[in-house]
Amino acid sequence: MKLSQLNINQLHQGLVKKEFSSREITKEFLKQIEKKNKEIFAYLSVHKESALAQAKKVDALIAEKKEIPLLAGIPAAIKDIIMIEGEKCTAASKILADYTASFSATVIKKLEDQGAVILGKTNMDEFAMGSSTENSAFGVTRNPCDPERVPGGSSGGSAAAVASDMCAYALGSDTGGSIRLPASFCGTVGLKPTYGKVSRYGLMAYASSLDQIGPLTKTVADAKIVYDAIKGKDPLDSTSVEVKDKEEKMDIKGLKIGVPKEYFVKGMDPEVEKVIRETIKKYEKGGAIIEEISLAGTTYALPVYYIIATSEASSNLARYDGIKYGFSKMKDSQNLLDVYLQSREQGMGEEVRRRIMLGTYALSAGYYDAYYIKAQKLRNIIKQDFAQAFAKVDVILAPVSPTVAFKIGDKTADPMSMYLADIYTISVNLAGLPAMSLPCGEAHDLPVGLQIIGPEFAENKIFSVGQMLEDLKK
Amino acid sequence: MINKEEVQHIAVLARLGLNEKEINKMEKELSSILDYMEMLKKVDAKDSATSNYSDLIENTMREDQVKKTANRDKLVAAFPAEKKGFIKVKTVIEV
Repeated sequence: MKLSQLNINQLHQGLVKKEFSSREITKEFLKQIEKKNKEIFAYLSVHKESALAQAKKVDALIAEKKEIPLLAGIPAAIKDIIMIEGEKCTAASKILADYTASFSATVIKKLEDQGAVILGKTNMDEFAMGSSTENSAFGVTRNPCDPERVPGGSSGGSAAAVASDMCAYALGSDTGGSIRLPASFCGTVGLKPTYGKVSRYGLMAYASSLDQIGPLTKTVADAKIVYDAIKGKDPLDSTSVEVKDKEEKMDIKGLKIGVPKEYFVKGMDPEVEKVIRETIKKYEKGGAIIEEISLAGTTYALPVYYIIATSEASSNLARYDGIKYGFSKMKDSQNLLDVYLQSREQGMGEEVRRRIMLGTYALSAGYYDAYYIKAQKLRNIIKQDFAQAFAKVDVILAPVSPTVAFKIGDKTADPMSMYLADIYTISVNLAGLPAMSLPCGEAHDLPVGLQIIGPEFAENKIFSVGQMLEDLKK
Repeated sequence: MINKEEVQHIAVLARLGLNEKEINKMEKELSSILDYMEMLKKVDAKDSATSNYSDLIENTMREDQVKKTANRDKLVAAFPAEKKGFIKVKTVIEV
């Protein structure tokens, strides 16, 4: 097995036992990037020098027989919407093409404190708006399982980098499925933590009440390692919370699994449904109790999501105005309004502009109550749906997406068809819950992801249930 | 669902420049998305409260202290136009 194929635990053990050095690992990943990135285009920028310098530091610690943290010397990729001081951060937008981050995100500081090696920044849908990574201003990322297909989005570069061994693990962000969907399409593990569990400081905001940073990894155990490293309350993010994680090791015998009937409806690829149903059967054979549940709010979750997310985006993205940083038409404009209009016309891509328009409309006089307030009320009902379900079951199992990875260009002409790819993931963000996607089989020779949804702050429960599936597959 | 004039009005509110071709495209696309959103009007939200952040978060308070920003120079360096460390903008008030 190549070094680049090992999981975090194996890499850590190898480092500690001096079977290989961090520099050797880092060089191997850089070699993979050189070989594959031209085709896959997972990375927007590669930080070769700083990665090798960091690896050298960790090797020195090991040589001094110092104890090293689990992530020390292990190479990671970071979605290009999370800031690293002194490095470019573009959010895959032309308006930030030449922007250099003036501070580091809290999650980056936490990784750096462990001695993590950061290989570079990954491609994404512009400002995390999209489900396929086709909305990047710099080019499309291709799915390593089939280069004709999308990797999913918006954290498509991070998922593709993990799936093609161009990093040991990656960070992404998830507003409506942006970690879970690409994880599902590329065949990796992806976790969206509970809202508030991971600091959003230094994550460029898309929809602040929904955004959450999380890991994309090769195994469930790796997802837990990275999650444990980045979680925790942060004084710099007032929405972060301190909640001690419980151990929550689950037993498959007697485990109560809820399967929402609204997640298996017309329009779903029957092959995907078959894989998901068979996976649920595996749990049942292991001794779990399967119960059909109802999440009635699922039927209107998509419009609720797109009203809330775009409303928040229209406000959050007002900062990209050609005045404070980024691409600017200051020099060629007649007056202040022109600076705004032209900088944003030329700096922002189609989907971003569409969502800003939609959000501005929903918040504008005369429509606010009918759209925004109504959506917030329904969001609360969706949240209660889940709370009622979790009074009866330990976890919910569901598909991540109604289809496998689709072909590049298939959905770009019709925004609505692209939005529908998120149908099974958005409710989780609206309810603020944790959920993980993990590979559970193949349909049409492409990966299918199983979604494990847990109650608030029950990440460990999700990891435990995910581990069961990995064990059953062995 | 949404007409050309409304698209133009919203674009100015959103500070987005749109050319003629885009206005027409936006009119079509936003209308189709808003048609889909129409389903919300049929759903009964009963007397549900509005929801936002986590239930655990109420008011997050901190001391109002003056702190030095370590990265001031980097912030200034990012300004598209600058004069003596301040952001430069076009004339706001004409006299």
